[in-house]
Amino acid sequence: MPKMNLSHFEASFLFALFTSIVLGIVTKKTDRERIVYGAQCFGYFLLALFGLGWIMKIGHG
Amino acid sequence: MSKEKKPKEPMPPLKQWLHVVAVGWLIPGGGHLLLGRRGRGALLALSVVAMFVLGLMMRGALFQPQTGDLLTTIIYCGGFLGNLASGILYLLSVWLGYSQPDVAGHVHDYGTKFLVAAGLLNVLAMVDAFEIAAGKKE
Repeated sequence: MPKMNLSHFEASFLFALFTSIVLGIVTKKTDRERIVYGAQCFGYFLLALFGLGWIMKIGHG
Repeated sequence: MSKEKKPKEPMPPLKQWLHVVAVGWLIPGGGHLLLGRRGRGALLALSVVAMFVLGLMMRGALFQPQTGDLLTTIIYCGGFLGNLASGILYLLSVWLGYSQPDVAGHVHDYGTKFLVAAGLLNVLAMVDAFEIAAGKKE
């Protein structure tokens, strides 16, 4: 099996993507609601990712 | 204000949902496919399989149950259950020798988390398949 080296951002991005897809599918009842919720989750994941990234950068000095 | 207690719904008969949940565990998304929800089943399968394969490719470790102090027990037994929830993906990885020891490094660490997360996403898919099979959800 080939080895994969992902950066922190790439790994977090993929984690956010797949988790959002599953959360969208299992949480809501109509397809439209699923797409909206999945996109929302993905957006919040990215927001948290960038937010925490900046907090760590600022905190680290 | 008085809160009215909802009467507890009776558990649906076992034979109505057990095979769906079992197939959903063994083959990620399989429960949905069995119930005719092809699109959702395919997307769930894609997500769980992709997470698991990425975890393996990042050389993540598969947990073996270990006991000791509380934290060790929670991490190793919980991690093992999380891995096991991936069904055939976990079984094949162990049988074909893809199980690897835990090594230091952020990529391996992400890999280990991806492997456990794939199992946990499959648990969500199994619960959803149960609700559909039990008639609680469309």
